[in-house]
Amino acid sequence: MRLELGNIFIKDIQFGDSTKVENGILYVQKDELLEAVGGDNRIASIEVDLAKPGEETRIMPVKDVIEPRVKVEGPGGIFPGFISKVDVVGSGRTHSLKGAAIVTAGSIVGFQEGIIDMSGPGALYTPFSQTNNLVLVCKPIENLPQHDHEHAVRMIGLKAAAYIGEAGRDITPDEVKVYETLPLLEGISRYPDLPKVAYVYMLQTQGLLHDTYVYGVDAKKIVPTLIYPTEVMDGAIISGNCVSACDKNSTFTHLNNPIIEDLYERHGKDYNFVGVIITNENVTLADKERSSNWTAKLAELLGLDAVIISEEGFGNPDTDLMMNCKKIAAKGIKAVLITDEYAGRDGASQSLADADKSADAVVTAGNANEIIELPPMKKIIGDMKPADIIAGGFDGSLKPDGSITAEIQVITGSTSELGFNKLSATEY
Amino acid sequence: MIKVVHYINQFYGGIGGEEKADIKPEIRKGTVGPGMALKGALGEDAQIVATVICGDSYFNENLEEATSEILEMVKEYEPDLFIAGPAFNAGRYGVACGSICKAVKDSLNIPVISGMYPENPGAEMFKKDLHIIETANAATGMRQAIPAMAKLSLKLVKGEEIGPPSDEGYIPRGIRKNIFREERGSKRAVNILVAKLKGEEFETEYAMPDFDRVEPNPAIVDLKNAKIALVTSGGIVPKGNPDRIEASSASKYGKYDIEGVTDLTAETYETAHGGYDPVYANEDADRVLPVDVMRDLEKEGIIGGLHRYFYTTVGNGTSVANSKKFASTFTKELVSDGVQAVILTST
Repeated sequence: MRLELGNIFIKDIQFGDSTKVENGILYVQKDELLEAVGGDNRIASIEVDLAKPGEETRIMPVKDVIEPRVKVEGPGGIFPGFISKVDVVGSGRTHSLKGAAIVTAGSIVGFQEGIIDMSGPGALYTPFSQTNNLVLVCKPIENLPQHDHEHAVRMIGLKAAAYIGEAGRDITPDEVKVYETLPLLEGISRYPDLPKVAYVYMLQTQGLLHDTYVYGVDAKKIVPTLIYPTEVMDGAIISGNCVSACDKNSTFTHLNNPIIEDLYERHGKDYNFVGVIITNENVTLADKERSSNWTAKLAELLGLDAVIISEEGFGNPDTDLMMNCKKIAAKGIKAVLITDEYAGRDGASQSLADADKSADAVVTAGNANEIIELPPMKKIIGDMKPADIIAGGFDGSLKPDGSITAEIQVITGSTSELGFNKLSATEY
Repeated sequence: MIKVVHYINQFYGGIGGEEKADIKPEIRKGTVGPGMALKGALGEDAQIVATVICGDSYFNENLEEATSEILEMVKEYEPDLFIAGPAFNAGRYGVACGSICKAVKDSLNIPVISGMYPENPGAEMFKKDLHIIETANAATGMRQAIPAMAKLSLKLVKGEEIGPPSDEGYIPRGIRKNIFREERGSKRAVNILVAKLKGEEFETEYAMPDFDRVEPNPAIVDLKNAKIALVTSGGIVPKGNPDRIEASSASKYGKYDIEGVTDLTAETYETAHGGYDPVYANEDADRVLPVDVMRDLEKEGIIGGLHRYFYTTVGNGTSVANSKKFASTFTKELVSDGVQAVILTST
């Protein structure tokens, strides 16, 4: 499967008379956008705002971040199973508005949503301080059940990304990257001497705000399976909004999964990157056993020499991570893990809820419990009040002057276990 | 002027070897033995006002007594800094240095430092409590150990930022601290993957911890007469979360009276937990904290009774240190309230 990804670099975002990309500026026609995303009677109102890098702006509580993309050639459309039909995506050509993002925000669904600061110390921790953000603040009707609230906001984000993505359809990209994965046997005969590696992609599936969808299917209902890496680039996997904001993978990071990108980088040179195994992180022991058995079984079936395993979330999923690692290692397949840590605010506690000696090659995305002071911002998109109750906040997190003292857990994407950032932790 | 008290054993104090290891602690004004070199390394801002000398056997065989005797001696000099050793690979000396440093730090609240070979049992025992400069395994390493100890101790006493172990020379203390690395995490993972495939050396960024596994207690034989308490990390609290237990990384636990409560309802209880889908727990909190079933068992006479209070916190992202602290406090209450068993529910 071969995908050309055409990147259109977006350096600014503005409201305009029509939605278009011109000279690297994304213009958004607000009414058309609202028309495209509206119509859900579970939502009372949607406000649209812009947040750009360097501004003294805080967005919260953030649910998801999505990159606008459009499918210009090949089967299927973007976000199959949600926006497009369920054709197999990942081949042909896709355009991406690189440097732009849709951010969904608005009143809280659960305790889990996050913060994006466009400048100041918090901006160093979130990749979305570097994107030109179109923010949709969604207000639900009164007494809307939480599952409905989450679903409504999720769909608004995806619709907005698809609508904005259309603006890139007829634009000549600034760069075109080609990603190709051959059918397994063909790939092996092409690179007979290279070790075979795959990516074990753990998807968080613990319920409301801890969910992930694959071609429209709630991933807690799948057994581990195979997917071409390029399918992910067309939105085959999307976020069911955020659990702890720091380490729930946003739809943006799924689309731009850096592990897939970096595995492609040395594909055909140092190893043969044969594909992706997706698995879930369900809450019952039987589910955990079954999924990790299947993950290891698929790794064996593919004849792999090594894998990278990325976790999503923490605590309960630490068990899934260790089960996957242990069972894959037991088959003689080498494993490298990406996780983050919850070592306490002082960093003195053990970082994971589970451990196994086979986990001898671990990349860490940082200690999510570390405290940060976020100074007051001039402009607030959304509502700051949830600062005291979101995961990583505490009673008194929000100060009268508008500053927030909280764990970096509250910052969207700060400890990405897809290895999106440079943040890490080390032993002192 | 920074006032320093130095601790050494009988050997470095020039009193004698193993045959003198049972001498009781004494304190002398000024420097003794390696204190001379230490004085030079500390420079003019600091002064070693006194040196404690104690026999290694005496210290280790009379831990409490020796510690309190030495603490009294040290206190009199009102030091700003306490330095012990270096002990190199001398086991009992290392344990003595670590113990007395910890005691001084805890009771006088001043910076402390020691120096040891990493395999010294004292290093393993105390590296989490204090900075221990990594030294050679024998006194031949004195020339390297002393300046490193002096340098780090001055930083500590001046309240300067302490760098990573590789820069400062101390034995890693198991404290996790965030840093920004050169490359993003995914790239680092690929680098490790290639190294692992090639059989080359690589460095894990997080070494697996030694887990503190808890052995379950023996089963209760006489259930009919047992008072049983409910404890949960699932975050069940009275509606409104009166004590504002955090959704993640809890800094506290709650203790709530359930006298007369036979059923937890959506109107009366909810979860504060941010790590799982709360909808079903909010509909019926008995799903996490089974008060209803316990009342049935109580009525049927299968258990002696349900304890009047339940204890609750949020397990989500809560550090092991906090969890231990909570449990060690409320377990004492449970025991003194005559509770024989606890049902601990998690989520």
